[in-house]
Parts: sequence; C-alpha cells; structure tokens
Amino acid sequence: MVTQISEGLKAEVKDLNFYYTHHQALKNIHLQIAEKKITALIGPSGCGKTTYLRCFNRMHDLYPGNRYEGEIILFPDQLNIISPKIDPIEVRMRISMVFQKPNPFPKTVFENVAYGLRVRGESRRSLVEDKVEKALKQAALWEEVKDRVQDLAFNLSGGQQQRLCIARALATDPEILLFDEPTSALDPTATSKIEELIMQLKKEVTIIIVTHNMQQAARVSDYTAFMYLGEIIEFDKTDKVFTHPSKKLTEDYITGRFG
Amino acid sequence: MFLKRKISKKIKEGAVEWLLLFSALSSIFITLGIVFILFYEALSFFKDVSLWEFLTGRQWTPLFAQPKFGILPLVTGTLLVTGIAVLVSLPIGLIVAVYLSEYAPFKVKEVAKPFLELLAAVPTVVYGYFALLFLTPILQKWIPHLSGFNALSPGIVMGIMIIPYVSSVSEDSMKAVPMHIREGSYAMGATKFQTAFKVIIPAAFSGIAAAFIIGISRAIGETMVVAIAAGMMPNLTLNPIEPVQTLTAYIVGVSLGDVPHGTTEYKTIFAAGMTLFLMTLFLNILGFWFRKRIREVY
Repeated sequence: MVTQISEGLKAEVKDLNFYYTHHQALKNIHLQIAEKKITALIGPSGCGKTTYLRCFNRMHDLYPGNRYEGEIILFPDQLNIISPKIDPIEVRMRISMVFQKPNPFPKTVFENVAYGLRVRGESRRSLVEDKVEKALKQAALWEEVKDRVQDLAFNLSGGQQQRLCIARALATDPEILLFDEPTSALDPTATSKIEELIMQLKKEVTIIIVTHNMQQAARVSDYTAFMYLGEIIEFDKTDKVFTHPSKKLTEDYITGRFG
Repeated sequence: MFLKRKISKKIKEGAVEWLLLFSALSSIFITLGIVFILFYEALSFFKDVSLWEFLTGRQWTPLFAQPKFGILPLVTGTLLVTGIAVLVSLPIGLIVAVYLSEYAPFKVKEVAKPFLELLAAVPTVVYGYFALLFLTPILQKWIPHLSGFNALSPGIVMGIMIIPYVSSVSEDSMKAVPMHIREGSYAMGATKFQTAFKVIIPAAFSGIAAAFIIGISRAIGETMVVAIAAGMMPNLTLNPIEPVQTLTAYIVGVSLGDVPHGTTEYKTIFAAGMTLFLMTLFLNILGFWFRKRIREVY
C-alpha cells in the first residue's frame, strides 16, 4: 500500500492507468502530491515516470491513440484534470512544465517569458513588463539578462536557456510546476544553479520533478516515488526512501544494483 | 595472374570515376555555356542599342519600322503578373502548409498531398487555356472592362499553379521545427492556432522565406500561361485588366516568328533573356541564403 501523507494536498492520483494505443504504460497508480513541496519521481529508463508526469498537463492529448483511465484530482476545487470533459488547455493554464532540453521559442528573451501572458490575451504593457521581470527574478536570471531582454533567446547559454524556460513557466503563476529531467542536458555548474532554484521555488509553487539522478532527488525533494515497469513501487518521505527503503527493489535501485 | 586482375580492376575503377566526374561536370559546363551565350549575344545587342535607352525607354517595339528598345514595359508586365500570382499563391500556400503540418490528421494528409502535387503536374499550356477560356470569361462578368487578354486572369491561374511549390517547401520547414518547441508552446496553454502562428511560423521563417522565393522565381520564369492569356502587347502599365507582355512571352513570340538571324531584332531575345536571368538569379541567391539559415537555429 502506498503511504498516505498528512500534509495539505495539492493533487491526488487515484487508480490511474494510461495507454499508448494498446500498450499499457501506467498501472493502477495512486499518489498524493503535497502542496508547496517537491515530489520526485525516480526509476530506471522506461519505467513510466515521464509518461506519468505528462499526464498532469495532458501532454498526451497532443498525440492520437493515447488514453487515460482513473482520476487526477486537483485541489482545492477537486477538478479531475484527466477527465475527457475538461479541456486540456484549461489544465495547462494551471499546471506549467519545464522540459528535458531547454526549448526557448525563436523570440526575444522578453517575449519568451511573456508568451504565456500573450496566449492568455494579456495586453496591458506595464503588467506584462512587471510579470516578466518578476518571473526572471524568481528564476534567478534577471541579473544576467536585464540588459539584453530584447536579444534572441538562442544567444543565451544552455543553463540560462533552461532558467529562461523556468521563468516562462512561472510567469503565469502556475499552481503546479512539472520538471522533466530539467538538468540532464546541462553541465554541473548549471545543474547546481537549477537545483538551488527549484528548492527556492517550493515556497511558492507545488513541484513534481522527474529525474534519473538519484542524488538530485535526494538533494532537492521532500517526497520520492520510486517507479518500476509502470507501477509505483514505493512512495514516502525522501529521507525515508533513501535511508530505509521498505522494498527490496527500491533498495537495489538506489544502491545502484540495477537501472 | 593475381596482379593482372588487380590492375584491370584498378583501370575499371578509374574509368567509372572519370565517367561520373564527367557527368557531374557536364551540367556545370552546360550552365556556364548558356550564361556565356546569353551574355555574349546580349553584349552584341548593346553595340546597336545603348544601355541607357534599354533601361529607361518607355516603349518596346523592336519589330516596328522605327524600333524602340525600352525594356520597361516587359519588366512591368512581368512584375505585374508575378505580383498577382504572388498575392494568390503565398497566402494560400502558407495556409495549406500550416494545415498540413499542424492540423491535418494523418489520413487527410495522405489524400491531400498527392492531389496538391497533381496541381504541379498539370502541363502549363493547360493552365494557359484555363485562364484564357475559362477564368477570363468569368471575370468579365464581374469586371466589365476586362479585355480578353489581360494580366489578371493568367496572374491568378499562375498563382494557383505555384501553390504546391510554396506549400510543400513551407510545410517541410514547419515539420522540421523540433517537437519539443511545439510542446513548449502547448504546455503554456497555447491553442493550435497560437502555436502555429506565434511559434512554428517564426521558427520556420527562413524555410518559409525560401519557399516564397522559389514561388516568386517560378512565377517570373513562367512562360506558357502568360503567352496564351496575357496578350502580346508590351504595355507600360500596372493596371491588371489591360493586356501586357512579359519577358518570357516576348522571347517566345519572337523566337516563333521569322526574325532574321543576327539582326538587332534577333538579339533582343538575348537582351530580354539576360534581364530575366538576372532577375531570377537574384531571387535564387536570396533563396539559397535563406535556406542556408534553416538549420542554423536549432
């Protein structure tokens, strides 16, 4: 049985199954996401952690043949975000995502961060400017780019681009921020900057992060879920999972015996 | 014995290599030869007619008793018809490309693309008569003063003809935009429409620009449609309902006539041809430059 958490919940996943056409990629997933905490999803390649993460912002709806079963309840309004009745765009307005590879748009630094606001039809200039500046500050990028917000985003370094993508995701005040292996394309210095940033951000937003770097999960997260073959094997407080795992499989994975 | 076989093999290999090299070079030599003839003959034309008259004269009547050699009417005729074709083909081509790349389900795409390619496979002479005998009479119902030969009708038809050139290259460059860029936009809550127009088109900009340039140079060089439906009247005008003559149509007209070889009238073909060549060359260089930029962004 999966551990119940006692803190305030931001989301609760109940009996989630997910299918790529005929292949079942996620099996009977139950999980609670604590509010303003960091939940890490770990597990070997192909275990379904990214698939699972992408359920939260309905990314799978972009491709034909994908199917969800079960519920992901978003609090406080108890909205089942994977219900076919709910428009994926409505979900993505509330839950932002940062991808594995930095993916800035072919626009200026400023317009990249302003993109979510523009998409929402926000045209008040001073408000957009304020939000962009605030988001860049939250993403610890403002000091580096404040003199070149009108430069193309491609001119930034890889680590800066990833922080730009974080700023872009933050600018619309999301309730949950999803990170899909956000540092796997970055060097160690840029990685530690991003990790530091993620830990800062949990004051303001609930975070779910997929990583196959176990040290990273141990360093940044409050809760950790270990996944294997589309199932959640173990879920608990991070220090518990890493120091006293209750399952043999979890222990084998975190001690590097497989994966 | 063994050594002999090795030597004969070497000779064969060498022969094949030379043959391939020769084939590859022949296309270069032919191109250079064409350019050389064009410039050589055009140069001898400019011994008879001053470059100044050629570039600034407002009348083009080389076959009259008192010939005038101002290229402007042919250039404006070409630009007018091209302009109309561009107004038709670029927006429609771009919309088709956006639809095929971002909206169309796989099955629709499978059916639509061959049909679109069919549009490019119709012989241009058919398009010419389509303009003259079908579209012009229809347009005349709406525009009473439209003459039987005019710039408008072949311009529109040529635009339709060019749509597949514009759409296929644009679509390729939109499809080349990496999926994670697209997902980045959707993840921000953008709609398909917003993603296509705010992210994909800017990201594919250099490819789309190249597609536009291919379309424009195709329109400038197109001969048959205008020769049939635009009239053969060198007319210095930008009014689309009047008959005009393009550079290409002039060249066809004179080539088919009985102008004696070596005369100034005869050499006008090369002067007009060189003008055409320089126009399309300029566009091709521009297009090449844009295409080179496609991959640079990612």
